[in-house]
Amino acid sequence: MINLVRNEMLKIVRKKRILVVAGIIAVLVALFTYSQFREIERRLERFGDVDWRTTLQQQIIDTQNRITSSGISDEWKSELQLRIQQQQYYLDNNVNPMEPGAPTFARVFAEHSINLFIPLMIMVVAADIVSSERSAGTVKLLLTRPVKRWKILMSKYLTLILSVSFIVVLFGVLSFLISGLIFGYQGWSAPVLTGFSVEGNELQTNAIQMIPQWQYLLMEFSLVWFVALIVGTITFMLSVLIRNTPAGMGVMLAALISGAILSNMVSSWDSAKYLFMINLNLTGYLSGQAPPIEGMTLGFSLLVLTLWGIAALIVSFAVFIRQDIY
Amino acid sequence: MSEITLSVKGLKKTIGKKEIIKGIDFDLKRGEVFGFLGPNGAGKTTTIRMLVGLIKPSSGSIEIGGYNVRKHFTEAMSQMGCIVENPELYSFLTGWENLEHFARMLPEVDRNHMKYVVELVRLDERIHDQVKTYSLGMRQRLGIAQALLGKPKVLILDEPTNGLDPMGIREMRNFIRYLAEEEGLTVLVSSHLLSEIQLMCDRVAIISKGSVIKVDYVENLLAMQERVIWQAEPRDVAKEILAGFTSVTDGVDGALITPYIEGETAGWNRALVEKGVEIKEMNRKLPALEDLFLELTGGETID
Repeated sequence: MINLVRNEMLKIVRKKRILVVAGIIAVLVALFTYSQFREIERRLERFGDVDWRTTLQQQIIDTQNRITSSGISDEWKSELQLRIQQQQYYLDNNVNPMEPGAPTFARVFAEHSINLFIPLMIMVVAADIVSSERSAGTVKLLLTRPVKRWKILMSKYLTLILSVSFIVVLFGVLSFLISGLIFGYQGWSAPVLTGFSVEGNELQTNAIQMIPQWQYLLMEFSLVWFVALIVGTITFMLSVLIRNTPAGMGVMLAALISGAILSNMVSSWDSAKYLFMINLNLTGYLSGQAPPIEGMTLGFSLLVLTLWGIAALIVSFAVFIRQDIY
Repeated sequence: MSEITLSVKGLKKTIGKKEIIKGIDFDLKRGEVFGFLGPNGAGKTTTIRMLVGLIKPSSGSIEIGGYNVRKHFTEAMSQMGCIVENPELYSFLTGWENLEHFARMLPEVDRNHMKYVVELVRLDERIHDQVKTYSLGMRQRLGIAQALLGKPKVLILDEPTNGLDPMGIREMRNFIRYLAEEEGLTVLVSSHLLSEIQLMCDRVAIISKGSVIKVDYVENLLAMQERVIWQAEPRDVAKEILAGFTSVTDGVDGALITPYIEGETAGWNRALVEKGVEIKEMNRKLPALEDLFLELTGGETID
């Protein structure tokens, strides 16, 4: 089995997919670092060198103004209200939510990447792991060697897990290193609040804990890894089912993007919470965002994603082992 | 030399309600080159894919080196090497890396054997180049090197000369003969070209519409069907005289076609000359696959 995994790793590395992914991540991180840098500069220009508390206070006032303006949907309004309550809580407890530094950048960037950007990167690597063998015809050699089919597929899946883990680590390391060039590398132990929960339109603060940022990052990246793994597994299934790599990618892309869009507008469609793409925003539960559908919790989302992952694996193996190769 | 290395019994494949392969039986012996002959769409590739375990047969059994392909897949596959259709290897790896890749899927292949195989297919100069820079002939040879890695008893090659130039075809033919005669391999070769099968195989199975019509030694098959094409003047007289000896059919451009019978055809020629018929052309000819087919399938069209 180790030999088989070595084979698969060799193919992944030589296809240079991971290099492409690393490149994309690096470019995006640089882009966001720069835009945030500009944002800070602008703020300095506007308010001068002020305390973060003043800035946060200003943000709260801005948001309040937006709520009172007309033409804003009720959903959006309640979300903004939650945000105000959260910011107020940070203010009351004298905790800076945006302590400048590379760890904070990595935390916020991961938070925003978990439901679309990271799944997309995973998809680039996972989509052709089986289907490319079929479209190139090499599957005929692979499956006529004295190795059982399930072992071949298992070696591919193990390779996928390795690649997914590598990409998530790469994502963290790159966003830390690149943003640190501008913001500095400090801020590992800055306090972060977690444990917000939402009930109705009220922010529940009784379970809130203050933890150091490194611990928060660890939790956050575990969740990112989990989401990446599940998205990878589902893409893996599509790669088995659909011979054509671009077609498989298209299906996954459609699912991910529709998930990103749906998350903002399905609050009244209750059964949508069983779709995997609605449940990708796991880090939202940590930072205290309102879930896309009322009543969704971290445990629920983890369960839904796990079930999807298991189902995708079962389908992949059942199909791959029985499939006739023409 | 009569050890049976590959045995196929009652092989059938049904897709939906359509029976694609309608019961195929044959046995291959050690050291022989066996041809699998049929037009495109006759079921050659489907049968070969069942032999190598890519397609599950609906019924029947396949044994390679005594192991059933379905029940003892790994044991059966380690007796066999194959190229199915094109020699598709990883084009982004070098030839050597490809061999290493497939060697890792086998129980213990030492590097000396890998080098030996590379030399056997004469790729030693280019083996460390990327496969995408190889010509089709080189890929074909690399494919065979890959198939020989596991020291198989049976080699299955689907259309091995497809897309090769005349020189490459000849090389491939000699190589296949060498493998069978010197290395004692059983080689199963499929083709839709009779000329190819004729030059390289000992025995041949003719397959049409999913069943084997005939399995025989190549010489027998061809002798049975060899014919003579006559161009003679006056044509009517010639036809009458020939009809007295054997069956005559009309060919294109006023030609007359008779079977070739060793020791008799020369006599017909003498008779024609004695009757004053001027013979312009007398051509002993191997039948085209199409004719052979028409003959064997009783005039059914090939589709």
